[in-house]
Amino acid sequence: MLGKLTWAAVPFDQPIPLIAAAMVGLVIFGVLVWVTVKGYLPYLWHEWITSVDHKRIGIMYTLLAMVMLLRGFSDAIMMRSQQAMAYRSEGYLPPEHYDQIFSAHGTLMIFFVAMPFVIGLMNFVVPLQLGARDVAFPTLNSVGFWLTATGALLVNISLVVGEFARTGWLPYPPLSELTYSPGVGVDYYLWSLEISGVGTLLSGVNLVTTVLKIHAPGMTYMRMPMFCWTTLAANLLIVAAFPILTATLAMLLLDRNLGFHFFTNTGGGNVMMFMNLIWAWGHPEVYILILPAFGIFSEVIATFSRKPLFGYRSMVMATMVICLLSFTVWLHHFFTMGAGADVNAIFGIASMIIAVPTGVKVFNWLFTMYGGRVVFTPPILWSIGFMVTFVIGGMTGVLLAVPPADFVLHNSLFLVAHFHNVIIGGVLFGAFAGYNYWFPKAFGFRLHEGLGKAAFWCWFIGFYLAFMPLYVVGLMGMTRRMQHYDVAAWRPWLLIAALGAAVILCGIILQIAQLTVSIRHREELRDETGDPWNGRSLEWATASPPPVFNFAVLPHIQGEDAYWDIKQRAIEQARLGDEPAYTEIEMPKNSPTGFICAFFATFMGFALIWHIWWLVAVGALGAFTTFVVFAWRDEDEYIIPADEVAKIDRANRSARREALVHLQPVQ
Amino acid sequence: MSHSKQINGVDLVDSAPGDEPVEDDAHGLVAYLVGLGLATLLTAVSFFIARTTLVWPPSIPVALCVLAIAQMGVHLVFFLHITTGPDNVNNVMALAFGVLIVLLVIVGSLWIMSHMNHNMMPMDQIMQMQR
Repeated sequence: MLGKLTWAAVPFDQPIPLIAAAMVGLVIFGVLVWVTVKGYLPYLWHEWITSVDHKRIGIMYTLLAMVMLLRGFSDAIMMRSQQAMAYRSEGYLPPEHYDQIFSAHGTLMIFFVAMPFVIGLMNFVVPLQLGARDVAFPTLNSVGFWLTATGALLVNISLVVGEFARTGWLPYPPLSELTYSPGVGVDYYLWSLEISGVGTLLSGVNLVTTVLKIHAPGMTYMRMPMFCWTTLAANLLIVAAFPILTATLAMLLLDRNLGFHFFTNTGGGNVMMFMNLIWAWGHPEVYILILPAFGIFSEVIATFSRKPLFGYRSMVMATMVICLLSFTVWLHHFFTMGAGADVNAIFGIASMIIAVPTGVKVFNWLFTMYGGRVVFTPPILWSIGFMVTFVIGGMTGVLLAVPPADFVLHNSLFLVAHFHNVIIGGVLFGAFAGYNYWFPKAFGFRLHEGLGKAAFWCWFIGFYLAFMPLYVVGLMGMTRRMQHYDVAAWRPWLLIAALGAAVILCGIILQIAQLTVSIRHREELRDETGDPWNGRSLEWATASPPPVFNFAVLPHIQGEDAYWDIKQRAIEQARLGDEPAYTEIEMPKNSPTGFICAFFATFMGFALIWHIWWLVAVGALGAFTTFVVFAWRDEDEYIIPADEVAKIDRANRSARREALVHLQPVQ
Repeated sequence: MSHSKQINGVDLVDSAPGDEPVEDDAHGLVAYLVGLGLATLLTAVSFFIARTTLVWPPSIPVALCVLAIAQMGVHLVFFLHITTGPDNVNNVMALAFGVLIVLLVIVGSLWIMSHMNHNMMPMDQIMQMQR
């Protein structure tokens, strides 16, 4: 009846996960009770859970990422403290638990923090920047989000029911094959990523179509803001690369569940094919994460330098070149596995070439700031912190791209330091810059600036304290994923690294404080006009938070920096443009399709992990039925009458008219 | 999902995929029937070629490859409506990008794996090669 699932699956003998899970369970239960008692459930259901509004879906993606960041960071704290303690002793984490922690940390941080964070920001911002009313496929967007949430939920269920993978964040066979990992850990990993991978693919299709097809009149490709371009490139990579991940993991699933031999050594399979395929996805994946961050920095730096982006065309070129080249370097992740000198040389050279367009971007940002009047708000602090940190990470990356050097550094903590250097210093700093930058657009009030700066400095200093020592111990020969060690010389560096993690923890606490304080003082931090930063692109041309239809009348675009032109014209003429003729607007209706599909997918995934076959059938049938019901619905849109549109827009216009008096023309 | 109506003022050429103007039914049906006929023909020929003695046996795999590529072409033109028209640039670009990536991954994998097999072969085989 319940497959492999018995009471033995709950780790009653391990207090740490059990207490952690109990705490999380209590918090979730408390929130649910509070929501129900306050009567917020109908509001949540109608306005958020079933919403197909790209802005709401974007916010939910970002929220998911932030919550998962807390979970992934608690894993990081445990690893750092374990290594700080485990000099000539066992530390406090037994090996089988420690192995699950580093596997869960990597899986969560990449798939359920970095990915939803950038996808959330792209979802929220891109249609606004393009001057569109919504994305190309609104309901598909909702399905994509809820399937991602399903994946995150399954990974977290593994904390209490069963175990998580002990194979690292990429489950290399033969360790991940049934012979060596007979438990459910690898199955949790595989099924949660198969399900959330479908969600990611859907959102990739949706965003590619949106950027290519849905524009305001006059918004030609070469007038799109940089963030739209990087979104296009990142989502092209999602569409091209995620099927490789899904297929590779499916082959491993066939090996584990149906006795196939894709990657076994005994049955004629080839282990190396897994490394090859997983990195054919894995390398484009890092560009899927970093390209949107590059776009965010481009927006932030141009806005706060009060200058147009330097070298817009070269920036577009660099983005698209990275998009193509990212598919030609994957072997550098397994230089040491025996491909030989000529193959290694070609991929090493390709890896160095891909650093060139990235260098072009760094210089473009520097020249954008040069001669500008830089306003030091939290978003630009994150951007400058990024430029310094990412250049260091990029240099160590070029070093690792030299095959002979890689033979020394492969799988050492030098590598760990390198990729944290680019992922924290690049992707996460970018996500935080975007979060601080677009928060007022999403909620109508700014985030507290002082606490934001304090959080930045804690993260920045904490990052250097935590990861520069890892470069050193890596060069001293310490390999990654060590549960304990006997080398005295490593100890001081690992203690400094643990201190760095503690400083980052202060940064996270300050970020939570920033959010809380900002919500309490939202009236003082209110953004009345919808343009709190003196912005340049179209998202600042509408109210904060934007009405459901984004723009009352679609703007006509006449150049790059679309909103800047409109604003300068208004300042010169000392009046807003004439009031437009409002017409009624059709918007897509909300739909619970995404939530219900994901609800069934969750049960299906759980049942597949535990071999509860009847529940698999129920879940699959339920999800399919939901889709059929959705496909057969007749009414998919509702109409917002013209006077309603006029009422909403006039309120924003009057706020802007008052603000116009204080604005000075800029040369 | 008719987005062209939602985005009033946007050039209709720039509408979302799936928003193609309703075609003349009879014309559309003929195109699909021609496509179906060609696809069936190519499939039948593949099966026939595979077992025949009419052609030189070592050329059969090549013939099957040619037929498979022709089959893809038929699907693209008659069922997925890829044309050379100006409203189809995005589709053609997407197709080209897809083909490029597939080629990179397949050719790259074959190259990498053949080198690995060569370098990592069991010691006795390496010894034999060195004799």
